[in-house]
Amino acid sequence: MIGLGHYLTLAGVLFALAVAGVFLNRRNIILLLMCIELMLLAVNFNFIAFSHELRDLGGQVFVFFILTVAAAESAIGLAILVVLFRNRRSIDVEDLDLMKG
Amino acid sequence: MPEAREGLRHQGETRLTEAVFFYVFATILVGAALGVIGARNPVHSALFLVLAFFTSAVLWLLQDAEFLAIVLVLVYVGAVMVLFLFVVMMLDVNVEELRRGFTRYAPLGGLVALAVIAEIGYVVWRYHPGTQGGVPPAPQPADYSNTRALGSVLYTEYVYAFELAAAILLVAIVAAIVLTHRRREGLRYQDISAQVAVRREDRVRIVKMPTEPKS
Repeated sequence: MIGLGHYLTLAGVLFALAVAGVFLNRRNIILLLMCIELMLLAVNFNFIAFSHELRDLGGQVFVFFILTVAAAESAIGLAILVVLFRNRRSIDVEDLDLMKG
Repeated sequence: MPEAREGLRHQGETRLTEAVFFYVFATILVGAALGVIGARNPVHSALFLVLAFFTSAVLWLLQDAEFLAIVLVLVYVGAVMVLFLFVVMMLDVNVEELRRGFTRYAPLGGLVALAVIAEIGYVVWRYHPGTQGGVPPAPQPADYSNTRALGSVLYTEYVYAFELAAAILLVAIVAAIVLTHRRREGLRYQDISAQVAVRREDRVRIVKMPTEPKS
């Protein structure tokens, strides 16, 4: 029978894969942003699973707000990325050492 | 009581269907996540992420979160992922250069991922009561509307947070436009205030000339 634990485990696996993706693709900013989206999705899974289990709509309201903030975050992140590429012709994280002393 | 037994059997079949759906879509979801982090081409990664969002929407439907499942497809697949694909295709990125050192951190990444899975799995399956086949929550009545229920708390209990979210979206729009907007040289712009402030003397010049004699 499928219960809370199954969904929490699935969310944990998803989150772990996203963390591994941050390690693997640590030079490409676009992929880092995508991995952040995956992490937020995993967190939303937890909220929805608990909301279903406890019959409390607060969890779904929180997912709604997380989706809003994540959409704003990716819009601004991609705008920064476009400006960055326009100025430096590169989206490699290792090229971004302008503020290093 | 044959009717009760029939109902029980029906419930069992529903549970079985739910389990089949869960395992099929969970497998697709994990595969899509692997595709996101492992694909060679960022366009493929973005498309795998679209698949992950679609599959998550199905799993959220199984959890009675109908409104959020639709919102996930409409907002995420329809807007955010299109934005991602747009940026990925617009930037001319040398992918091979960016993948240098991909395998160097693979063992560390795998180790961290395994640690995270082990920790979460241990806590969930060892310490949380009710996760090992406890009493499932009662199903909602047939005329239950998830959207209506969500709206009734969103506009009353969480109305300030809702307005704050709207403000955040507005700030995000303004920030994205300000960041990416640039004035290019050599373009002709209309200066509205100069047009409005123009006087008759600036434009019209009356020239007095002697009339020409008849020839």
